[in-house]
Amino acid sequence: MGYFLQQLVNGLTLGAIYALIAIGYTMVYGIVGMINFAHGEIFMIGAFISLIFFVVLGVLGVTWLPLALLLVLLLAMALTAVYGWAVERIAYRPLRGSFRLAPLISAIGMSIFLQNYVLLVQGAHEKTLPPMITGGFELMQSGGFMVSVSWLQLIIVGVTLLLMVVFTAVIQLTPLGRAQRATEQDMTMAALLGIDVDRTISLTFVIGAALAAVAGLMVTLQYGVIDFFIGFLAGVKAFTAAVLGGIGSLPGAVLGGLLIGLIEALWSGYCPSEYKDVAVYAVLILVLMFRPTGLLGRPEVEKV
Amino acid sequence: MMGAAPRLKDAGLAALVALALAFPLIGFETAESGVGFTTRFPWVAIAGAAVFAGRLLLGLLPQRFHLRQRASRSTAVSDGKFVKLAAAALIVFAVLLPVLPFASRRSIDLATLALIYVILGWGLNVVVGLAGLLDLGYVAFYAVGAYSFALAVQWFGLSFWEMLPLSGVTAATAGILLGIPVLRLRGDYLAIVTLGFGEIVRIVLNNWTSMTGGPNGIGDIPRPTVFGMPIAPGAPAGVTTFNHVIGIAYDPIQRLIWLYYVALAVALIINWFSLRIRRLPVGRAWEALREDEIACRALGLNPTTIKLSAFATGAMTGGFAGVLFAARAGFISPESFNFQESATVLSIVVLGGMGSQLGVALAAVILATLPEFGREFAQYRMLIFGAAMVAIMIWRPRGLFTVRAPSVRLDQT
Repeated sequence: MGYFLQQLVNGLTLGAIYALIAIGYTMVYGIVGMINFAHGEIFMIGAFISLIFFVVLGVLGVTWLPLALLLVLLLAMALTAVYGWAVERIAYRPLRGSFRLAPLISAIGMSIFLQNYVLLVQGAHEKTLPPMITGGFELMQSGGFMVSVSWLQLIIVGVTLLLMVVFTAVIQLTPLGRAQRATEQDMTMAALLGIDVDRTISLTFVIGAALAAVAGLMVTLQYGVIDFFIGFLAGVKAFTAAVLGGIGSLPGAVLGGLLIGLIEALWSGYCPSEYKDVAVYAVLILVLMFRPTGLLGRPEVEKV
Repeated sequence: MMGAAPRLKDAGLAALVALALAFPLIGFETAESGVGFTTRFPWVAIAGAAVFAGRLLLGLLPQRFHLRQRASRSTAVSDGKFVKLAAAALIVFAVLLPVLPFASRRSIDLATLALIYVILGWGLNVVVGLAGLLDLGYVAFYAVGAYSFALAVQWFGLSFWEMLPLSGVTAATAGILLGIPVLRLRGDYLAIVTLGFGEIVRIVLNNWTSMTGGPNGIGDIPRPTVFGMPIAPGAPAGVTTFNHVIGIAYDPIQRLIWLYYVALAVALIINWFSLRIRRLPVGRAWEALREDEIACRALGLNPTTIKLSAFATGAMTGGFAGVLFAARAGFISPESFNFQESATVLSIVVLGGMGSQLGVALAAVILATLPEFGREFAQYRMLIFGAAMVAIMIWRPRGLFTVRAPSVRLDQT
């Protein structure tokens, strides 16, 4: 029981990180209908930028933890957002209105490019960061097994929930959100009604990238080891999460992310952990077999 | 046309973005230990300046040099006569390749690899180009073909020629098994499920050590024999070698040439098969399905069986390519069947112009041989590969070479 609870806690933490990345996928898919394959690399870049600024701030003597965290968070979000913007501007915008596979191929190319760019400028070796936020509390003791929650895990889940609430509010209440929803429904009509479609789409990528940067920061803090290749697997899993939850749906992305995290943690806890990715994909296939549009997705009705 | 001032402003903004991009990742490199870093700010400045200059020059180019192009313009290439001529020239070149002056062990080996990619491209072309199903895990069938050959050799001592058709069958079976549950999914859902399937196959191959040897792979895969006679320096008792029969001395290059011709023959048969099957009802149904699934259903076609047949055909072709790959390398491991490979084959199909046999073949040859020429700048190779994929998509979203006309067209008479 205690072990199960511990895996539950770990799974929720991992799931929160997947959820943050999945939001980027789901928003972009909702608005332009394409798989932003490079999003996993954006997350990886976010992780690298976070790690670099932690090291730089450490050398510059900013040691008060809350300040360092805040600075790194803001810098990583801002600079990663520029990457998200640039990727959209260079690789996707010229292809808008082209046939369906063109942006996907372009995205795969962008993903290969970004991966090798980071490999080139930062090297192939793993980068490590000593743990910065330590400590935690014991949740309960059960059957001789101590269930503990670290402060960091609490922060990760808390920040995810907070961002989730903020972004739901942005999309429901602000003019930007209205523009986004309008663009999602009908790009041409939105443009006719005076919405700057290019700007709205750019902002969607910027928001997605900023959230991916938060996920990158958290992975850096939680696991302390990153390399140029982490984007692929995280990206695939987050995309799986987005599809699982129903692509295009924001709460769906969070639900999907949490589920993927839980499946992964529980599988690693009880079954051979080499096969944890197989479990994730198998669940995805099963869900799609019985609910082809994901858990919270709206069924697509195709009109002739 | 812009004046000078807005142009400068535009370039300045682009340079600012470049500076922001370059600042964290190029500007700093952290030490391996995790403490301390080195700075490379001059490079950041160079990146900014380069983007400024590049953007300015791009703006100065006259409009007609702008690279983007409408899809309709490239149809000129698909003129029947030109395509036939080019295809014939290509086949003649392929047949003569081993006797051409620059033929060496390396170039023939490379040509075999290129042929394997051509076969893969044509196989995926059926799935993506004809039936319009986006498959991101095509490499799984390639792996199934290669591994069923290697395992059959290891466990049952079967030969290349026995396993070439059988691996096609196992790969097609895998295609059907995957296809049945997932083919009612549409578009991107199908894409992610196939990606998942590809990863599952790779993970299982990597971890099922007792069966597949895990990451160590399987070695000692035999090369194809010539009508049951091996090409070898010497033969064990009771076996005649091919070179003994025709009376020439053994040379290692002979094996490569033979494998090359086998691959060429397989490729040509597949090409003939796919050109033919397009005209059969099942091939026409694939294309109809790609254009409009609802209309298909209304006309009484069953989308599931049509999709299954496309999936199985593509998978079978991938299986053949897998056998050839295993025979060429003599060794296989899960490393060779990762997502990058699926992405490469998909790029071959898209760059070649979906549905075009000739275009796919040319794209396959280019993509397979390009990395070999870039060995000197190995570390920039994949960087350039990725950038080129983006550039080509922007420049010619319908593919580099041809846009295929429909196989059947009703003439307006």
